[in-house]
Amino acid sequence: MTNSRIIYLDNNATTKVDKKVVEAMLPYFSENYGNPSSMYELGGKNSKVIQESRETIKEFFGAKNAKEILFTASGSESANTAIRGILSADRSKNHLITTKVEHPCVLNLHKQLEKEGYKITYIGVNSIGEINEDELYDAVNEKTALVSCMYANNETGTIFPVEEIAEKVKSKNRNTKIFVDAVQTAGKIKLDVQNTEIDFMGISGHKFHAPKGIGALYIKSPNLITPLVIGGHQESGKRAGTENVPYIVGMAKAAQMAQDSLEYELTTVKRLRDKLETAILSKIYNARLNSSSQNRVPNTTNIGFEYVEGELILLNMNDYGICASSGSACTSGSLDPSHVLKAMGIPFTALHGSIRFSLSRYNTEEEIDFTIEKMPKIMEKLTKISPFQKELAELKRRKGLI
Amino acid sequence: MWNYTDKVVDHYKNPRNVGSIEDADAIGEAGSLSCGDMLKLYLKVDKNGIITDAKFQTFGCGSAVASSSILTEMVIGKHIDEARKITNKQIVDELGGLPPEKMHCSVMGHEALEAAIANYYNEEITIHNDEELVCNCFDISKSFLINEIKANSLKTLEDVINYTKAGGACGRCQGKIKDILDEINGVQQQKEEQLTKTQMIIKINNIIEKYISPELRKDGGDIELIDVEDYQIKVKLSGRCQSCNRSKLTLTHFVEATLKEHINDNIEIIQV
Ligand SMILES: Cc1ncc(COP(=O)(O)O)c(C=O)c1O
Repeated sequence: MTNSRIIYLDNNATTKVDKKVVEAMLPYFSENYGNPSSMYELGGKNSKVIQESRETIKEFFGAKNAKEILFTASGSESANTAIRGILSADRSKNHLITTKVEHPCVLNLHKQLEKEGYKITYIGVNSIGEINEDELYDAVNEKTALVSCMYANNETGTIFPVEEIAEKVKSKNRNTKIFVDAVQTAGKIKLDVQNTEIDFMGISGHKFHAPKGIGALYIKSPNLITPLVIGGHQESGKRAGTENVPYIVGMAKAAQMAQDSLEYELTTVKRLRDKLETAILSKIYNARLNSSSQNRVPNTTNIGFEYVEGELILLNMNDYGICASSGSACTSGSLDPSHVLKAMGIPFTALHGSIRFSLSRYNTEEEIDFTIEKMPKIMEKLTKISPFQKELAELKRRKGLI
Repeated sequence: MWNYTDKVVDHYKNPRNVGSIEDADAIGEAGSLSCGDMLKLYLKVDKNGIITDAKFQTFGCGSAVASSSILTEMVIGKHIDEARKITNKQIVDELGGLPPEKMHCSVMGHEALEAAIANYYNEEITIHNDEELVCNCFDISKSFLINEIKANSLKTLEDVINYTKAGGACGRCQGKIKDILDEINGVQQQKEEQLTKTQMIIKINNIIEKYISPELRKDGGDIELIDVEDYQIKVKLSGRCQSCNRSKLTLTHFVEATLKEHINDNIEIIQV
């Protein structure tokens, strides 16, 4: 790397842990290390600490009662706990509905359940990433056990109308449960789960400046589910394993800070994201927006650079210390480009050159200006390598005319 | 992030010979936009058949650009018939290696070179419209797969995906690819039975050198081939392997498994 400075614009992948979060966690490693189930004060104190953290996370979800909050080890575990948990508690239904653009922790679980004999309906999205709502409601029948729909998509930032979806699904079948993967929403927009028909909602600490490996699941009626991990009585018998006290404390601290910054997300972070997006779209002729400009979390933009490949773009950005991610096949380890962008029908010309920029409240105006300065330079260099010179010239001409 | 060699990094950061040649004597193309990578290679050839200039344009990842860039350097100055002998392996070696998942980038370079040379000689590139496509995602035919499997001694489905991309997207053709692998590698196994003892020893030594010794050396030991009788292979362990408790385990599991993988399942290891 020619530059030791890092401009981190990949906050939908993971975030940096706030120093205050680390400080809050530290006493629970070597000082207050007791097992919360123990009968002496060293341990018992920690059970109170967990209870306080649960209250904080309850507030973060906008839930009614701390009993509705289950601590897990990740967003993936939250999803698996909810989905597997409801299916093994109620075996009378064999149909599930989800979307084609879910995170793998939901999508691949459904593919697994399909192998296990469940019928699955996968709902598509339109070209700007919005869910085909009517298609979803039509799919609900008396055998539908669960509808799983993410709150905001990790690649495009598009927000799905999950509250409305929950209501309409329930009006077709009262007994169908709703799981919402809110991993990309928590800390970006306010959650208010108690005033909705949503039964389960999952979040993950490392997307809002807590460490990796800690998450939470909101469950409207905790006795709804059968536990995934069986063992001791922790988490009201819904998830065995001695509680991860420092990480629970850390996530609660991060949630509090995120809650206090929601206004900042909607104003400053959004302004910086919009500034970056507008500048790239206007300065770079082969750039196109890969999502709706409305209805998005405030930190995310997904831009397709036509006729240039995504990994090559990221490698060149890395030379300036700019971190982002791509939906290109080359970066995924698989040879398939992003399932989300494919479901949206993003044209091949832009699919492989899609770059997701995701900001956080730690990004500065100066960092965004630096990125705005460098991206056109990178693209000027990379378009020269492309074999599609005629097509690029045509794009340039058209953009020039508009 | 990929573990690219310094040479790969240098070539994608500062690609050589980027662009097109207006009055090129040969143009070759491989890949496509929809597949995620594509390469166009332009050659200038003098009256003696020497390639005097080469340029490329690539749509693809870092290793695709690096493979194209180094390929142009490799062909410039060579006679066109010499250039024809360049294999994708040589492209990889010249780059100091590529991650396994990126081998297909070198294959694409090789394909474009073949196409350019065929174009130079005005040879018809046989497009078999009626030919059986194995992988529909990447438009890959059976004959292309068979060529690449043989040329690169591909053994597993994973190898085939890494080198050709076939089977790497929807995965529906993976059964067919396995059948093709069985067909080809089955044929090779029959050949093995006709190896003379000397050929067998050379082959085993090669495998030991390449796959077994480096692993044992990591633990401070080594292995020596003593004798071969049919499929009974006598070996001697030296260094730390000799005394360590796990030596028996190391032998049967690792050495035998490795040799079985590369020769056949009848291999038996005897420690002397
Ligand atoms: C939408 C969404 N759901 C779930 C997850 C998984 O979270 P975790 O990494 O904590 O398992 C992610 C993280 O990438 C995500 O973006």
